[in-house]
Amino acid sequence: MENQFDLSLTVNGVSYQREVDPRRLLSDFLRHDLGLTGTHVGCEHGVCGACTVLLDGAPVRSCLIFAPQAHEHEITTVEGLGTIDDMHPLQEAFREAHALQCGFCTPGFLTTLLPWLEEHPQPSEEEIREAISGNLCRCTGYQHIIDAVKLAAEKMAAG
Amino acid sequence: MKPAPFKYYAPRSVPEALSLLHEHGYDAKVLAGGQSLVPMMNFRLVQPAVVVDINNIPELATIQGDNKSLRLGAMVRHAAAEKDSLVKESAPLVHESMPRIATMQIRNRGTIGGSLSHADPSAELVVVTTALKANFRIQNQSGERVVPASEFFVGLLMTAMEPEDLLVEIEIPPLPPRSGWSLKEVARRPHDFALVGVAAVLTLDRKDRCEDARLVYLSAGDGPISAPEAAALLQGEKITPDLIAAAADKAAVDEIDPGSDIHATAEFRRHLANVLTRRALEEAHQRALGGKEEI
Ligand SMILES: Cc1cc2nc3c(=O)[nH]c(=O)nc-3n(C[C@H](O)[C@H](O)[C@H](O)COP(=O)(O)OP(=O)(O)OC[C@H]3O[C@@H](n4cnc5c(N)ncnc54)[C@H](O)[C@@H]3O)c2cc1C
Ligand code: FES
Ligand code: FES
Repeated sequence: MENQFDLSLTVNGVSYQREVDPRRLLSDFLRHDLGLTGTHVGCEHGVCGACTVLLDGAPVRSCLIFAPQAHEHEITTVEGLGTIDDMHPLQEAFREAHALQCGFCTPGFLTTLLPWLEEHPQPSEEEIREAISGNLCRCTGYQHIIDAVKLAAEKMAAG
Repeated sequence: MKPAPFKYYAPRSVPEALSLLHEHGYDAKVLAGGQSLVPMMNFRLVQPAVVVDINNIPELATIQGDNKSLRLGAMVRHAAAEKDSLVKESAPLVHESMPRIATMQIRNRGTIGGSLSHADPSAELVVVTTALKANFRIQNQSGERVVPASEFFVGLLMTAMEPEDLLVEIEIPPLPPRSGWSLKEVARRPHDFALVGVAAVLTLDRKDRCEDARLVYLSAGDGPISAPEAAALLQGEKITPDLIAAAADKAAVDEIDPGSDIHATAEFRRHLANVLTRRALEEAHQRALGGKEEI
């Protein structure tokens, strides 16, 4: 097809090359073209945070980036955090503290918090509330998520 | 929803970008951080035939400064400006506005130039650059011009730029000695677009009288709304609580023009503007006197 973009990028450490229509959103590219359905799509206008991924290590909304804009960049999705047998301490903390019910919002919280906890190893509750303020959760009421972040900080400090 | 099809260009230099904008004119849209443009494209409120992505032009993302001005490249991201020590030192009002702009994920992408080009009357930077009398450096294929903030914002989501224009740099002059500043707003959550807000800049003379005052409001009309009459009340006077209250009344009753929506009535916005103006002027006054740095 005319007007296709030759995209090469790294996702969770794996290099991919694909032809994409420039209007392909990064969120849809990850889900539909690469089958990485851990990244969720809620609002498609930047408000809910479900689609958050790391672009060169920084959390961004994948619904507000066209796939070609990720050309020659590194993306980390929730699939890059850990596996079912070997979960990241942050994921373990979410499970242990009951920080999810339906789980729709969880990938966005995890990708938001991963670099943040590295920069804030001993966060206060107020700082945690601020850090997660760009992610909506319709189930938990947030309290368990805050507990999980505190637990994750302890786990990560313990190594 | 998904955006309509478009042709995508990712120029590597400003001249290349300008030539694309010249060629495609009204059909083209500049893509900066995409944090306002992409939502509008996802909703198909805008359907540009051509998208000129300026994210691969490093020369647009520099922060420079000397004693004449702080110069922010249009592609400086909110997150970069927030962390930059030169910005904090030479334009503390800009620094202070950053954490109030959306959430961290949006600030990691959104740019100074994008926010200003979008000219949303609720955007902190629109108001702050007006209060600081910033200048906007605009280029197109035929040359360059510098437009002051007072002429850059011409209406709701409208600027003095034409489709072939590219905003390349924002110059922020330093405040005179004995100046204080403040930015106050009320939002339902800290990073949401504010219901109403005000940027205040106050300069005192050697006898502590007001030499210059600027009050600019956000979410209070079709653009950044200045309150020159309220400022005139302060001019030449010693700043007292009574005078501050009079200026706040003047601005909130006569000079701003907020609307009503699902979040707040116009009347409530006027009330908030009144209270915020007092707090902002008090804080700016303290800072100008060299008193407390932080509240
Ligand atoms: C959920 C959410 C909450 C937000 N909350 C706030 C908030 O509280 N306060 C606030 O101020 N903002 C807020 N924003 C907007 C955010 O700050 C955007 O980053 C900003 O408005 C646009 O910047 P951008 O770089 O993303 O521009 P883009 O979206 O890329 O572009 C915006 C417009 O400007 C044009 N443009 C961009 N750069 C240039 C240039 N150099 N020359 C000419 N034209 C150009 C584009 O063509 C487009 O029309 C929010 C956004 C979202 C999604
Ligand atoms: S889907 Fe991207 S922020 Fe909601
Ligand atoms: S767990 Fe259901 S939305 Fe958060």
